[in-house]
Amino acid sequence: MPLKLADAIAAPEVEERDCLWTLNFGPQHPATHTTLRLVLNLDGEVILKATPDIGFLHSGFEKLGEHLDFNQYVTIVDRMNYISPVANEIAWHQTIETLLDIELTPRCKMIRVIFAELMRIHDHLLCCGAAALDLGAFTAFLYAFNQRELINEINEWASGQRFHPSYTRVGGLQRDVDDAWVDRVRSFLGGFIAAHNDVSRLLNRNRIFLDRCRGVGVLTKEEAINRSVTGPVARASGIQRDLRRLRPYLAYEAIDFDVVCAEEGDCLARYLVRMEEMLESYKIVKWAIENLPGGPVNADVEGRMVLPNQLSVYRSIEGLINHFELNMSNRKWKPPVDEVYTATESPNGELGFHVVSDGGPCAWRVRTRPPSFIHFSLFPHLAEGHAVGDVAAILGSLNIIAAELDR
Amino acid sequence: MGCGMAQGGVSMEVSLPEDGFIVTKLDEVANWCRKNSLWPMAFATACCGIEVMATGASRHDIARFGAEAFRFSPRQCDLMIVAGRVVMKMLPVLQRIWMQMPEPKWCISMGACASSGGVFDTYAVVQGIDRFLPVDVYIPGCPPRPEQLIQAVLDLQEKVQRTGTYNAREFNKRTQPEGPRPLATELGMAEQMIAPANFRTTTRSWGELPMVNPLANREVGR
Amino acid sequence: MSETAQTTAEAKLFADPAVEVLASGVERALGVETGSLLRTSFRDNHRLNIEPGRVLQALAHLREAGMDMLIDLSGTDYLGYPEAEHRYGVSYILENTNSGTRIIVRTWADDPTPNLHSVFDIWRGSDWMEREVYDMLGIEFTGHPDLRRILLPDEFAGHPLRKDYPLRGLGERHHFVPLARDES
Repeated sequence: MPLKLADAIAAPEVEERDCLWTLNFGPQHPATHTTLRLVLNLDGEVILKATPDIGFLHSGFEKLGEHLDFNQYVTIVDRMNYISPVANEIAWHQTIETLLDIELTPRCKMIRVIFAELMRIHDHLLCCGAAALDLGAFTAFLYAFNQRELINEINEWASGQRFHPSYTRVGGLQRDVDDAWVDRVRSFLGGFIAAHNDVSRLLNRNRIFLDRCRGVGVLTKEEAINRSVTGPVARASGIQRDLRRLRPYLAYEAIDFDVVCAEEGDCLARYLVRMEEMLESYKIVKWAIENLPGGPVNADVEGRMVLPNQLSVYRSIEGLINHFELNMSNRKWKPPVDEVYTATESPNGELGFHVVSDGGPCAWRVRTRPPSFIHFSLFPHLAEGHAVGDVAAILGSLNIIAAELDR
Repeated sequence: MGCGMAQGGVSMEVSLPEDGFIVTKLDEVANWCRKNSLWPMAFATACCGIEVMATGASRHDIARFGAEAFRFSPRQCDLMIVAGRVVMKMLPVLQRIWMQMPEPKWCISMGACASSGGVFDTYAVVQGIDRFLPVDVYIPGCPPRPEQLIQAVLDLQEKVQRTGTYNAREFNKRTQPEGPRPLATELGMAEQMIAPANFRTTTRSWGELPMVNPLANREVGR
Repeated sequence: MSETAQTTAEAKLFADPAVEVLASGVERALGVETGSLLRTSFRDNHRLNIEPGRVLQALAHLREAGMDMLIDLSGTDYLGYPEAEHRYGVSYILENTNSGTRIIVRTWADDPTPNLHSVFDIWRGSDWMEREVYDMLGIEFTGHPDLRRILLPDEFAGHPLRKDYPLRGLGERHHFVPLARDES
């Protein structure tokens, strides 16, 4: 039964004509969406059949989850959807906090919301910038990356690392943010709208961009639901589903924002949904940064599940014991022997973690529900009948991150 | 061309004489030209790829050092920046790309994953590309900051200036694979000889290695 | 699969009425009496445990009943898990996009030939998810049109997420040809 790739490519449903040929696209290719491979059966320029071949970045993330504990695995989870790292950490620790039944403090929830929305802006900036770059618009890419550098600085100010901050911990955060960080976020917000306008002015009415994106890669609503599509790709096809509204988590219930949808389901719709979602995220961050509650950032729970802050470790015996209990390998958490699935609305779609626990500090099994993986399986359906030049447009609009695709 | 040559600079006459002649070695001129116009091929697999893109963007601008033209075709590049983890499915592809690049060429291994496997000590990730490719500069970091990548390019420029030759004969002396020797000292007996990478995309085959099913003698699995 | 875990609320019926309607509908469709299928709940996950022979019928019924999106399909190897009765467990997480109700259907498989029926015809989204479960755990899905490895090379032997496969592999990552500088 196990087939080989060659059999799948040469399957009989593709017409037998003299002029058909096969083009290999990748895994090293000029589009900026890293290591994925497509084998395209072409009739001239028209794609008759596209067979994706993935796994060129499969690193064994899920196997690593069985060997690292709940606070160590956050460093790995960061490296999944690497263009919005903190969003992955928030999803991971949300699952662990659900497993351990830890309620976060209001300040922690609001800071996590701010980071989640900043990461949404971060992700969409790269997606729109890279989509533009693949279609030839270099300047939009540079404008987008400039804003991303500012968000990297915000990451760095909070946690020390500009990229892969590993900022969340079980029950809280690595450390609290200070007023200088708040000022940085405010100054980022001050300049963001102008930068967003720059990018939209370059692309939204650009004849070349519109011609390359309009009507390309149309995904209908029924197909999207049947193929488990979530996130901006689904919302651009008319599905009004956003986990921040459907199953509110963190502080989203109190925040007023709109869920952006479109109807056409083509590449242009996906691009416009992402651009608009950035503005909604801007609104959320602006409200949240002004309404940041005070108080501690780590939850105060019994049973020594939350890492204490550094001062209390060095100045009090309770803090020292707490730190010891959570770091020595034969101690740490004792979660219930059960399994749980929770999900968050990451910038790419529904990012969920299914964690099976055997009562020890490392998970028995960690399964990531990867939105990029599910969206890339759409590609053969979307690309059929289009030209080779549309491959870059469709790939760019689906926002495929190879590390989440392959894990 | 009145030379503000930095460290490791060309030994040329600094002031331009009236009749317009400069006396130097052909190697030096070739090195100077090559180092200031390295065309990188960003073999960007994972997160380090984003930092490569950030280095090419406007804040940390690698174009200042001549390395702006990121050509995605290996035939047109002379510097391969391996940015990101390389898994066993990708390694034959990486080797093929390296073989396709024309001489002279250099390789920068960017990040912890490309240099040594990084955080991913798993069944799938190659523990350092220098086991299978010749590497000139390593950059530590996860991911390295763009400034570190720029420093690595500068270090490579210095290396090119000091050791380069116009017909690339400095590479003829490097006849042995340069990376760490794997296997016998690292793997236990139970892990030793298992399915060799006889993948169809491998660049060359070195004789016929026997295909051994790793689980043939075990009771579970298939 | 853990049947006597201390912290799951093992009630005869689900507390959440929307999910209980679905579960009772499944029992009617399968022709068993109400409350005979094992239900477990943990935090906000509601799980219905169905044997592999009947799970396809149950899933088809749930699709008819409005669960139009397959959120996730995940497999786990329970070799060595406390109080596990079967080696492999597979969870189907389903959602009704109109009402937002979620239910998880769990089934199981055993050695030597773990086998389940594919739900490719019910939800197209299961296409790659089942291929990944096959690749990582070795569970075959009959009826899947294109069951081959997806994340690992075709020639790879072994299923990495099984508990008897070591984290660092069995040497596959080392066996490549090193290139020297003068000849490359």
